[in-house]
Amino acid sequence: MAKSKSLGPDTMGTRFYKWLDERLALSTMAGFLSKKTVPQHKHSHWYYWGGITLTFLIVQFITGILLLIYYKPGPDAFESVRFITYELEFGWFIRGLHHWSANLMLLALFIHMFSVFFMRAYRRPREFGWWTGVLLLLITLGFAFSGYLLPFDELSYFATKIGLDVAESLPLIGPALAAIARGGTDVTYLTIQRFFTLHIIVLPLIILGILTIHLVLILKHGNASPPSEEAKPKNKRKEIKFFWDFFVKDITMWLLALNFLILVTILFPPQLGSPADPLAPAPEGIHPEWYFMSQYQFLKIFGNILPGAIGEFISIGLMACALLLWAIVPLIDNTGKAGKRAKAATYIGLLSIVILVVLTAWAYLAI
Amino acid sequence: MPDKTKKTVSTDPGNREDKVNVTRRKFIRAGMGAAGVAYAAALGYPVYRYLADPAEKAAAQAAETEKELVGADTLPQGSAMIFRFGGQPALLIHHEDGSWVSFSAVCTHLACTVEFQKKEKRIHCACHGGTYDMYTGKNISGPPPKPLTPFKVEVLDGKVKIARA
Ligand code: HEM
Ligand code: FES
Repeated sequence: MAKSKSLGPDTMGTRFYKWLDERLALSTMAGFLSKKTVPQHKHSHWYYWGGITLTFLIVQFITGILLLIYYKPGPDAFESVRFITYELEFGWFIRGLHHWSANLMLLALFIHMFSVFFMRAYRRPREFGWWTGVLLLLITLGFAFSGYLLPFDELSYFATKIGLDVAESLPLIGPALAAIARGGTDVTYLTIQRFFTLHIIVLPLIILGILTIHLVLILKHGNASPPSEEAKPKNKRKEIKFFWDFFVKDITMWLLALNFLILVTILFPPQLGSPADPLAPAPEGIHPEWYFMSQYQFLKIFGNILPGAIGEFISIGLMACALLLWAIVPLIDNTGKAGKRAKAATYIGLLSIVILVVLTAWAYLAI
Repeated sequence: MPDKTKKTVSTDPGNREDKVNVTRRKFIRAGMGAAGVAYAAALGYPVYRYLADPAEKAAAQAAETEKELVGADTLPQGSAMIFRFGGQPALLIHHEDGSWVSFSAVCTHLACTVEFQKKEKRIHCACHGGTYDMYTGKNISGPPPKPLTPFKVEVLDGKVKIARA
């Protein structure tokens, strides 16, 4: 942000800035951004989690592009990931960053989502922020599911097989859906090719589009304050400037997140199992990644109560309803003040956390 | 972070402390800049190695100075073959008169792969029409600035040995 009022003759720099400004309306944008503020209160630290999620997404883009330089979809998939992991200099590091950043991105996303939930940031006029956020969660899970197959080792083979078998149990559309996703009756290199296309071009394009809306809406409406703050009179509420006061703290968080990611990657570089073998039995104790564990456990429980297709159908149906309920919270808690509807939302949020945590813990104990 | 420095700025003009603070601010700025550069370099180095690794391995492989072409001793008179030597294509010609020669097949103009043309009795580069002498590899016409690099040829029983001159 160059100063528009300059004393004395224009320097090269200010002349160039004026030239650009006239064409790109930079000072309008700078003026807008310089007025932007962030509420300051005892829950303000939750505002960092969206930015941290974004940091990990940017890491995914950069490391994903770097992996693309050596990764080969199709029959050579396993070999190319083995080459990246064990032969290429720093290949383990780039792959490790991609692997851990995917996990940390989901973790940050969950924290971000629940924190905005309890700040009631889905309330009028921020409903579309919430809806685009729910879509971002689904797309990110899609990234994780499609990426997981790409190394094509034993684990990724069975994870995809099981995931698509769940889809297959849906009535009517299930079998066709699974066949289209697999490109056949079994998970093969044709499946890799499909998932690869999703993973590296379809989902990135979609996530960029949705994310842009999500971010523009945040610029427009600003950060929501929790109801406890909203209740205070205007002059009792504190704010800090986004530039540079909040931004400097934001960047500090990004760097902390990045350093944490690098540390985890160096300490626990991901390995590669044996190549996928469609004729080998599933390895003992096989289970999905942590972010799919609660759904996995839910299916398992229902499978025990109601064996067969019925159980699977009902559990999938229930999960879909839960997701739908989560998405329409802004329509339930829509009065903008405390009351029965706000309380209902609180219960939904608390119940969701309890269910997710209990199912996940249960799943891990049952392995 | 203008706020942090603001409180230390004295209201007394010409105060010595002011200058100290300006120097300190500059020092902190420079320090932060240096830390940023160091951080970027620490991340850039692995990325550079990751990208450069195959090129370096290929260069190490190309360092070969000798190669045996098994079965090449049966190459008929008046014909040629292309093989890989030191990571690049090379040419082995068995002339009508029974002599053997070998050159780098990389055109000295812009690195196209050259071809032995028996009828025209020359080595020809299709890219910009350069020609070379088929016995010596000397550049005869067209854009090539230098002769093709010659290799030593030794014909043995069941193989041909090529070596850098
Ligand atoms: C434009 C963005 C992206 C590109 C170009 C990309 C590219 C790739 C490639 C080439 C692989 C295969 C190599 C390997 O398995 O290590 C991969 C794997 C993977 N990707 Fe991505 N990716 C992107 C974004 C994401 C995102 C946003 C997530 C999830 C939050 C994600 C999650 C994964 C996972 C879990 C794997 C398997 C990692 C492993 O087993 O090591 N990716 N990705
Ligand atoms: S590259 Fe051979 S003549 Fe130009």
